[in-house]
Amino acid sequence: METAVFYVLATIAVASAVLLVLFRNPVYSALSLVATLFAVAGLFVLLNAYFLAAVQIIVYAGAVMVLFLFVIMLLNLGHSEALESTVGRYRLTGVIFLCALLVAQLTAVGTRQLRGPVAENEALRTENVQTLGKLLYTDFLFPFEVASIILLVALIGVVVLVKRETPETT
Amino acid sequence: MAVATSHYLILSAILFSIGVAGVLTRRNAIVIFMCIELMLNAVNLAFVAFARHLGQADGQVFVFFVMAVAAAEVAVGLAIIIAVFRNRETVDVAEVNLLKW
Amino acid sequence: MFEIDWNILLPSLVVAGLVLVVLCVDIIRPDNKGGVSGYLSLLGVGVAIWVSLSLWGRSPTHGLGGMLFLDNYALFFNLIILAGTGLTIFVSTGFLEREEGGRSEYYLLILAATLGMMLMAAGADLIVIFLGIELMSIALYILVGFFRRRTDSNEGSMKYLLLGAFATGFLLYGIALVYGSTGTTNLREIELAVAQGRVYTHPMLLGGVALLIVGFAFKVSAVPFHMWAPDVYQGAPTAITGFMSAGPKAAAFAAFFRVMVASLGDLSGDWSGAIWMLAALTMTVGNLGALSQRNIKRMLAYSSVAHAGYVLVALVAANERGIAGGVFYLLAYAFMNIGAFAVIVALGRKGDENLEISGYAGVGFRHPGIGLAMTLFMVSLAGLPPTAGFFGKFQIFSAAVEAGYIWLTVIGVLNSLVSVYFYLGVVVSMYMRQPVGQAHAVSMTPFARVALLTASLGTLYIGLAPTSLLQMARQTVSALL
Repeated sequence: METAVFYVLATIAVASAVLLVLFRNPVYSALSLVATLFAVAGLFVLLNAYFLAAVQIIVYAGAVMVLFLFVIMLLNLGHSEALESTVGRYRLTGVIFLCALLVAQLTAVGTRQLRGPVAENEALRTENVQTLGKLLYTDFLFPFEVASIILLVALIGVVVLVKRETPETT
Repeated sequence: MAVATSHYLILSAILFSIGVAGVLTRRNAIVIFMCIELMLNAVNLAFVAFARHLGQADGQVFVFFVMAVAAAEVAVGLAIIIAVFRNRETVDVAEVNLLKW
Repeated sequence: MFEIDWNILLPSLVVAGLVLVVLCVDIIRPDNKGGVSGYLSLLGVGVAIWVSLSLWGRSPTHGLGGMLFLDNYALFFNLIILAGTGLTIFVSTGFLEREEGGRSEYYLLILAATLGMMLMAAGADLIVIFLGIELMSIALYILVGFFRRRTDSNEGSMKYLLLGAFATGFLLYGIALVYGSTGTTNLREIELAVAQGRVYTHPMLLGGVALLIVGFAFKVSAVPFHMWAPDVYQGAPTAITGFMSAGPKAAAFAAFFRVMVASLGDLSGDWSGAIWMLAALTMTVGNLGALSQRNIKRMLAYSSVAHAGYVLVALVAANERGIAGGVFYLLAYAFMNIGAFAVIVALGRKGDENLEISGYAGVGFRHPGIGLAMTLFMVSLAGLPPTAGFFGKFQIFSAAVEAGYIWLTVIGVLNSLVSVYFYLGVVVSMYMRQPVGQAHAVSMTPFARVALLTASLGTLYIGLAPTSLLQMARQTVSALL
């Protein structure tokens, strides 16, 4: 059962990721990225990461992708963009690099040790949110604070970059 | 029987590579940006798979931070794209190019 | 719960507090156009330098759940980073006024980037290093695009963001693979796991290390991951270009050295070949690229690529002398490079930044002080005695010879000879070419004069009396080896 669900979700994720790259219209690309994100969220559930699955859907598929779609539509980028001309300068390097990367990853990742059974962590499965919350406010307190500063800086940065100065608009 | 960790990692590697391919071949800045998000998601999948394999919660916490940072990056990136668009009316990376030596 | 050792947190806490204070000042006095925040930032940077110096020499500790180190290595990099930040703020005050881009957020973003860099140097866990890199990068993306009505500024920012985020993807994937194969992201525990052979799968660990190298190589602009540098350096506001080439580069190297030497040092047989190639390519492509440049900012961008190559030589050597030399060189580089950018800022005018090297004709006679300072910086960048650049390069190359990398040293020395041509080209232009057109008055604010003077004296002092600073650089090494 779990294996079947895994393969269905994996197929959806890969297919919509390929479509993301192939679609000419950025709106379609964005929507297929949403499909990938949902499939990955499903895989998170299979991996016992329930909290992250929820965050993935709420923050990523919800907030972030809506932001993407909003900007695409605001800037009226929905018209098609020629793919033929796009595969340009980096094509050869890119393809060689990618093949090397993929082969390296598959050999590295397909090793025997990782096919074996997984370590059971009962707390992580049954009390996922509690476990993460405790870690976040104890061991990972410092990174947590740093992340808050990153978000603050991003917030200020967005204002700096796009806020119109009042004298100009009048 | 749970799906083996290596299956998740291979899936993650494939998604990552598709993302890299997208970044290298597409020219529309927003699509490139979405491909980068795909790469980050592939990484997140790998982290969660490792977290289960090792029976640790640390990997999941890491994903949490990656998501927070990615959200910040998206906000700033889209703001920059809007700023470029206001000045040039295009977000085609090929046209946005003063470069070459 | 764990006890918080406030000393470990102190340097970053000062800068973080400063960010918040500047933010509040912006809210209370939105019309100050960055004036008050500039002075405040300078004051705070001074305090942070003082704090870092007062913590110097304590026995190394780590804390906050094993997230941060407090050792001489981190403190020395704090000094480099804060010196770069301080000099940049000095240069910026007049620059912002002239370009009418003065907004108070400017200093806040510089300080946030500084905080990120300090975390990169002090991070004891890959997660802190990652967050530090991101904090620095996000602040820099915004700063590069700070002059939002200028297209080159916008586009430089966009290019930097796309390639920076792309590199972040590789770095993260590397972290994920290292985590998966060792079961931890803590640098000390990775070191233990590797030393005791508690590695799940060795090939995967090596894959992770390779991806980490790619990610860091992007951040230090090593060839072949340097393609963003010329465009971004050219597009960014000039004061920010100077800032970017000093602090962020030093911080990226700080994290790079710590991860590679301290945590993955036992694998050095596997990675030193890759770094060797990277170093040789970076030096060569950087110097050859700089040869054909007419724009001084692009020339210095390629020069900064080349200098990353020299520091990578120190990483290849990875012995005591090499690391001390690399750390020392980054300090020297911060002074001479920000100095050069201070001169570029001083010679520009509103609306015409005067960036063509040919436009520097006659500067040596019209503005003797500036000409002399620029000559000093160029001589130092070229690595000629008696300047900081010479002594730093000497340390690095002698360490490489000591470690047996003769060919790499030969490549490095040949590259230094090539670089003399284009650095002295600027000097020749200043002193031996007839100026075209009329002389323009150069108006430097007192702050810019202080910056130029400090950078010049620093470059000279490091070159003439390097002993005490080199001694400090040597004391940092024990943190890694």
